[in-house]
Amino acid sequence: MAEFPIPASEQDFHANFAQLKPRMNNTEALYESSRCLFCFDAPCIKACPTGIDIPQFIRQINTGNVTGAAKTIYEANYFGNACGKVCPTEVLCEGACVYNLQDVKPIEIGRLQSFATRQVIESDQHLFKPGQPNGRKVAIIGAGPAGISCACELRALGYEVDVFEAKAQPSGLTVYGVAPYKITNEEVLAEIDYLQAQFGFHVHYHSPIATRQELEALEETYDAIFLGIGLGGTNALRLPGEDRQNCVGAVEFIEQLRQHHHRVAVGRKVIVLGGGNTAMDAASESARLGAEDVILAYRRGKDEMGAYEFEYDLAKSVGVKGLFNVAPIEIVGNGKVEGIRFVRTQTLNGQVQVVPGTEFVEPCDMVIKATGQAKQVSFLRHIPSLELDKNGRIVANAASGQTTNPQYFTSGDARNGGAEVVNAAAEAKAAARGIHAYLLGQ
Amino acid sequence: MPDLSINFAGIKSPNPFWLASAPPTNSGYQVMKAFDAGWGGAVWKTLGVPVVNVSSRYGGVNYRDKRLIGFNNIELISDRPLVDNLREMEEVKKHFPQHAVIASLMVQSREEWHQIVRDVTNAGADGIELNFGCPHGMCERGMGSAVGQEPDVLRLIVEWVMEVAQIPVIVKLTPNISDITEPARAARLGGADAISLINTIQSIVGVDLDLFAPYPIVDGQGTNGGYCGPAVKPIALNMVKNCAQDPHVALPISGIGGIENWRDAVEHILLGASSVQVCTAAMHFGFGIIREMTAGLEQYMTEKGFATIHDMVGKALPNVKHWEDLNLKYKVTATIHEDKCIGCQLCYTACEDGAHQAIALREGTRVPEIIEENCVGCNLCSLVCPVEQCITMERTDDGTEHLTWKERTLANSIPTSFNDERAGGLHHWVPEPTAALGKEKHKTLPGKARQLGQPSPVSTELKS
Ligand SMILES: Cc1cc2nc3c(=O)[nH]c(=O)nc-3n(C[C@H](O)[C@H](O)[C@H](O)COP(=O)(O)OP(=O)(O)OC[C@H]3O[C@@H](n4cnc5c(N)ncnc54)[C@H](O)[C@@H]3O)c2cc1C
Ligand SMILES: Cc1cc2nc3c(=O)[nH]c(=O)nc-3n(C[C@H](O)[C@H](O)[C@H](O)COP(=O)(O)O)c2cc1C
Ligand code: SF4
Ligand code: SF4
Ligand code: SF4
Repeated sequence: MAEFPIPASEQDFHANFAQLKPRMNNTEALYESSRCLFCFDAPCIKACPTGIDIPQFIRQINTGNVTGAAKTIYEANYFGNACGKVCPTEVLCEGACVYNLQDVKPIEIGRLQSFATRQVIESDQHLFKPGQPNGRKVAIIGAGPAGISCACELRALGYEVDVFEAKAQPSGLTVYGVAPYKITNEEVLAEIDYLQAQFGFHVHYHSPIATRQELEALEETYDAIFLGIGLGGTNALRLPGEDRQNCVGAVEFIEQLRQHHHRVAVGRKVIVLGGGNTAMDAASESARLGAEDVILAYRRGKDEMGAYEFEYDLAKSVGVKGLFNVAPIEIVGNGKVEGIRFVRTQTLNGQVQVVPGTEFVEPCDMVIKATGQAKQVSFLRHIPSLELDKNGRIVANAASGQTTNPQYFTSGDARNGGAEVVNAAAEAKAAARGIHAYLLGQ
Repeated sequence: MPDLSINFAGIKSPNPFWLASAPPTNSGYQVMKAFDAGWGGAVWKTLGVPVVNVSSRYGGVNYRDKRLIGFNNIELISDRPLVDNLREMEEVKKHFPQHAVIASLMVQSREEWHQIVRDVTNAGADGIELNFGCPHGMCERGMGSAVGQEPDVLRLIVEWVMEVAQIPVIVKLTPNISDITEPARAARLGGADAISLINTIQSIVGVDLDLFAPYPIVDGQGTNGGYCGPAVKPIALNMVKNCAQDPHVALPISGIGGIENWRDAVEHILLGASSVQVCTAAMHFGFGIIREMTAGLEQYMTEKGFATIHDMVGKALPNVKHWEDLNLKYKVTATIHEDKCIGCQLCYTACEDGAHQAIALREGTRVPEIIEENCVGCNLCSLVCPVEQCITMERTDDGTEHLTWKERTLANSIPTSFNDERAGGLHHWVPEPTAALGKEKHKTLPGKARQLGQPSPVSTELKS
């Protein structure tokens, strides 16, 4: 098989991982923006979790006011450029565009959005300023989409903001998790720089907050604390042989890929376990790294996969094959992975059942487990009276982001259990306003 | 096969499509190329006095992604030597004896007119067009539209020309006048054989927002130019119709203005033109557009059973009436075909904000609903709807009654006060003014509305 040659250089890597939503040129943007109908009470706006006034910004692009378009976008969503490129627009704004009902191609809202925002980022055209200092301080744990969005909104409201980030770079999974063909590291980081230059929040890198003592210090110094910590590493499968060499977690594999590009090695035959979007990404990414065979193995049937249809289509388009109704029971091998022992399954009344006597070994030299991300439960236990739901998500008021410990607020993956960048951006903006309302009331 | 050939006031041409006097007819090379491509005739770029042109001559009007829906120029008549033009004209006629070559002329004195008419006749021109239309550069020198705007002067010059003319004479009219039939009548009184219209409309196509100057910009400045292209067709059609319906004009008409395809040409013909002329479209797309024009015209004539162009000239004229002759009993209302509707709600907001508040939104669906009692049948919603045949205007009167304003006036039954039961909008419902306040702000200002501290739009399922 091998649709893609093994990338040997940065150039090869970018060829294999070419951007799915490449930048529009001016003419393309003019043509595409001309098609927008300027719907009344437009369905695309309602489908955008951040509620960007889409017909407005498209009209602004069309009339040559690209700066104004970028402002419209950023007023609603601080990750305007990243979202234009990484949002699953097929199920959000573009999926809601009225043209779908006419069997006409929907407006390419995501690409238009990035067209406008890239322009202001590159020309470093500032659109916002911090608000008048109000003397209050907020600590933010995690510099992902949630943390950074919250920081921007709080700065606009006049708060002093310190962001504590465990890693070396900001923007969380946007730079460590999202597939490289959706957005490049440089593009993600340029947007964060652009925001930081305008809002002036402080980010402390390599600063994980891990202990009760560290939390106490924050509680004393800051008026409120925002938890933008996202999720943790890949869940363990608890299968025999899981510790064999070349059996890796998807989140960990993708993090390596985002940082080291073509220097990340992939097996000749890769099996990806899982049926969610991360599984689709890991499979596509393996194929683009030059694996000869990539198999997606899922416990249930094809139609029951959690992944969006277009993500599965994308994986198939690079040669990934599906293996459905199989459950792994052992990672076989001798030191290194040599295969997976599966048993066939069937779904009865929604329950997956093993079909006895159907075991078989599918050989492979790499296993990627895309079986969900763990929650950061042990860390969160250090926060007094912070309630988690049964799935390990932080319980918080939807409108204000306030947790059951009134000094703590949260949003993004840590609260919603894992959604999209755009959800984190929307919820964090709301949480910043929640913090503001709470502190005003004190 | 329908016969596309015409005999326009004695000028014969294999089809009714002529190039208008303009840059596409600036040289023998271009005219020959056009005839080779299939054009039936060409009105040579206006010949006359020596001129000097500026550099930077054209400006365009774009609509969204569509280029040149309107076009303007500040160019003058031909700046090539007369002898070169005459020699090339002769050569063209040698190669294309069946095609129409019309010489457009613009000079000042009687002697000059006599001389140039003889010159072009000797060169083999099939007809003459008098350019009384150019709205810039030439009128300052007492020519072009300066003549076209003065019916008496126009008539006098036509008379001078007719003194020596041995070939048909067409007078080209300027639209920069309040009543086009006045110069048209003057042309007839002067003895002209035909008229052509419209020349370009005085215009400024745009202003450079950085340089504070009108387009086209000549060294930081500009001037009014002549407007043409698709955007002027409606104005041209109306003027063609006015001349065609005026019994005092009664001359063959060559229709010009905004013709780009066969449909535009047919419209000009149905309103009375018996030849058509094209400039902008040829400048935009080249001579090749003629293939689509002739093919479309032929197809249309075949479908309608017209054997000759003559059969269709002026076919729409009996249906173009004065307002006072229209049937006030005729009534249409809008119908939305739900299966076609894509829910853009443009019809709703158009009727709500721009018409008669006769469209309502309903819970649970994006398909709007017509409130029949309020619908005055203005057509607006059907015009804004982006889906073909999704909103149709259906006739609701039974078609038995016919009553016009003129008839009502004669019968003394026109309303005389606003309380008069016979007045039009008397019982038409409109909402209370204050019902407008805050009604749809959240829908028309969505981004802002959310930003200003509205409850988070994010879905939540807490405390599970
Ligand atoms: C493989 C994968 C692909 C994805 N693809 C897409 C996609 O294509 N489009 C899309 O919209 N979304 C995608 N997502 C989801 C998206 O990335 C997340 O929803 C989004 O990043 C959530 O933002 P967040 O700020 O809540 O969390 P995160 O992005 O996870 O950010 C959390 C940050 O907090 C830091 N942190 C955590 N704990 C601590 C601590 N104790 N102290 C200090 N710092 C801490 C982390 O280092 C990280 O930087 C994908 C996710 C994954 C896993
Ligand atoms: C650049 C340019 C130059 C023109 N020059 C002349 C001219 O010399 N003589 C003339 O009678 N009309 C001239 N016209 C007017 C055209 O012949 C024609 O009447 C007008 O453009 C309307 O037709 P259209 O909409 O097909 O362009 C000119 C038009 C343009 C655009
Ligand atoms: S739904 Fe589509 S056409 Fe309508 S406003 Fe949104 S992007 Fe434009
Ligand atoms: S304009 Fe047409 S498509 Fe749009 S809502 Fe109205 S009827 Fe439906
Ligand atoms: S025809 Fe005019 S009044 Fe009637 S619904 Fe349409 S826009 Fe409203």
